[in-house]
Amino acid sequence: MNDDLNDLYQEVILEHAKSPRNFKVLPDANRVAHGTNPLCGDNYTVYLVMDGDVVKDASFQGSGCAISKASASLLTSTIKGKTRAEVEALYGKVHDMVTTGHADDSMGKLAAFAGVHKFPARVKCAILSWHAAKAAVAGGGTVSTETEEPKP
Amino acid sequence: MSSSTPDWSALRRDFPILDQQVHGHPLVYFDNAATSQKPRAVIEALVRYYERDNANVHRGIHELSNRSTNAFEAARERTRKFLNARSTEEIIFTRGTTEGINLVANAWGGKFIKADDVILLTEMEHHSNIVPWQMLAERTGAKLRYVPITGDEGLLDLDKLESLLTPEVKLFAMVHISNALGTLNPVADLCARARRLGITTLVDGAQSAGHMMVDVQAIGCDFYAFSGHKICGPTGIGALYGRKEVLENTPPWHGGGEMIATVDYFKSTWNTLPHKFEAGTPDISGPIGLHAALDYLDAVGRENIFRHDLELATYAYQQLSELKGVRLFGPKGERGGLVSFLLDDVHAHDVVTIADRYGVALRGGHHCTQPLMKKLGVPSTARASFYFYNTKAEVDRFIEVVKEIQKFFGV
Repeated sequence: MNDDLNDLYQEVILEHAKSPRNFKVLPDANRVAHGTNPLCGDNYTVYLVMDGDVVKDASFQGSGCAISKASASLLTSTIKGKTRAEVEALYGKVHDMVTTGHADDSMGKLAAFAGVHKFPARVKCAILSWHAAKAAVAGGGTVSTETEEPKP
Repeated sequence: MSSSTPDWSALRRDFPILDQQVHGHPLVYFDNAATSQKPRAVIEALVRYYERDNANVHRGIHELSNRSTNAFEAARERTRKFLNARSTEEIIFTRGTTEGINLVANAWGGKFIKADDVILLTEMEHHSNIVPWQMLAERTGAKLRYVPITGDEGLLDLDKLESLLTPEVKLFAMVHISNALGTLNPVADLCARARRLGITTLVDGAQSAGHMMVDVQAIGCDFYAFSGHKICGPTGIGALYGRKEVLENTPPWHGGGEMIATVDYFKSTWNTLPHKFEAGTPDISGPIGLHAALDYLDAVGRENIFRHDLELATYAYQQLSELKGVRLFGPKGERGGLVSFLLDDVHAHDVVTIADRYGVALRGGHHCTQPLMKKLGVPSTARASFYFYNTKAEVDRFIEVVKEIQKFFGV
C-alpha cells in the first residue's frame, strides 16, 4: 500500500469508519444541523445538546465515505464539553490541517486527518461534519460543501 | 471503413497521453464515459488549423476565411455522414449533448409544448435530459412522466410503455446508452412506437455516438444529440441532428449574427437551416477537430469499437461478479462499454481514491443521475468505462486493484 494512502487512511480513521462513535439520534438535542455533499451524496446530521454556550452531548447520523464518517465520529467525540467559541476555533484548526497538512500538538486524534491535504478532492469529505457542527453551535441549519464557502 | 479486426495495440500508440505513469504506476484510463482521450491526428488537426487557416467563417472574402469556412462546412458534411442524416441542413453544431437538448427544449419545446402536455422520459436519464425538461415544464405547465426501470439490472420496463404513451404525450426523450448503468436501449423500437402516435422523439447519444453504428434514419428519431469530446474530439463541440421537417417549424433559439437573413430595427428574418440555429461566431476549431476524430473512428470501424467495448465490459462484469461483496448494476447481457459497481462497506469515493493511487482512473459518484441513484437506493456507484484503446490486461490490473481495496478495508 502506498505511503500517501496510509497517511490518508490511518488506522484510527479506518477504525472509526467501521465502528463510528456517537452514531445515533440524540432525542433531547436542541441543535441540529445537516451537512451534505451533493457531488458524492455524503449526507450527515449532527445533533447537539447545548447548555447555554457549552456542548453537553453530541451525535451524528447519515452516510458517506470512510473519511467523512470517521471525521464525524471523531468530531462528536471531541467537541463534548467545549464552548461554542472553542468549537469554532477547532473548526478553523481542522480546516487549516486538512488543507495544509499542518497539525499542532493540541489536535490529538484529529491529527489523523492531516494526510487528507495530499488528496485535494477529499478535503470536503473530512470537513463536511465540521461545517455542520459549526452551523449547529450557531443555531442549526443545513450546510452544503458546494455552497458553504469557496473550495480550499 | 474497416471491418477486419484492427491492431488494437498499434491504435493505442496513437494516444500520447496513455503512455505515462500515474503515482508510479502505468496509467489505466477507465473514465471514458466522462471524456475520451485524443489521438495525435485530432491534436494535429487543431494545431494545423491554428497555424495555417485560422479566420472567421462565412461572409469572409479573403483566402484564410475561405479555407476556414470550407473546413467548417466539410466538418458538417462529415458529421452528416457519421449519423447518416439526409442533409447537412439537419446538422447543428453545439457545445455538446447538453446544449443540443437545451436547444430542443427551448426552441422546439417553447413553441410546441403547452400546459398539461406530457414529456415522457426514462428513469435512467442523465441530468442533462431531465433538467431542461423540468425548466420547460415549469414555464409551460407541462408535466413530466417516466418509463420505469427494472431494478439493479436497469432495463426499461417496456410492459409499462403502452399505458404511458397516452395522447397527452408530446415528446419522448430517451438515453441511447445509460452512462450510469451501461443499458443499451432499443431506441429504434421506442421511436417507432412514439412516432405512430405522432409523438416527437429525442435520443441522447452522448454514450452511443462513436461507440456503435448510429443511423438516425434507421433509429427514426426527430432529434439526436451527441458530444465530440467523448469520442476522441475536442471539448466544447458536439452536434444536434434534427429532422428537417421538424427544424423548419422550429423557431431560432439564440439571436445574433449568422442566424439572420435580414435585420431591420424592428423585425428580422431568419437564415436557412442549419444556420438559423447557430448565432454568433461558432467554435471553428472544434468541428475541425471533430472531423479528424470521426475519420479516425471510422478507420477503426464503429462495429469493431462496439465489439471491443462490449468484450471488455463483459469481461470486467464477469470478473467482478466472481468477487465476494460486489454489487453490480446494469444489464447482464449486451451493454455499453462500462461497468457500475459497489463494494460492500466501502464507499465509491474511497474505491476511486485508492484506485487512483494505483494509476487506475475510475469515477465515483452519482454520475449526474441522482434520481436513478435514489431509485436504486444507493448514494453513488463506482464506474469503470472503456474505449477501444483499453486492453484486457488493464481490466486484469483493475480487478487486482479492486481486490487490494477489499483487503485494505478488511471486507
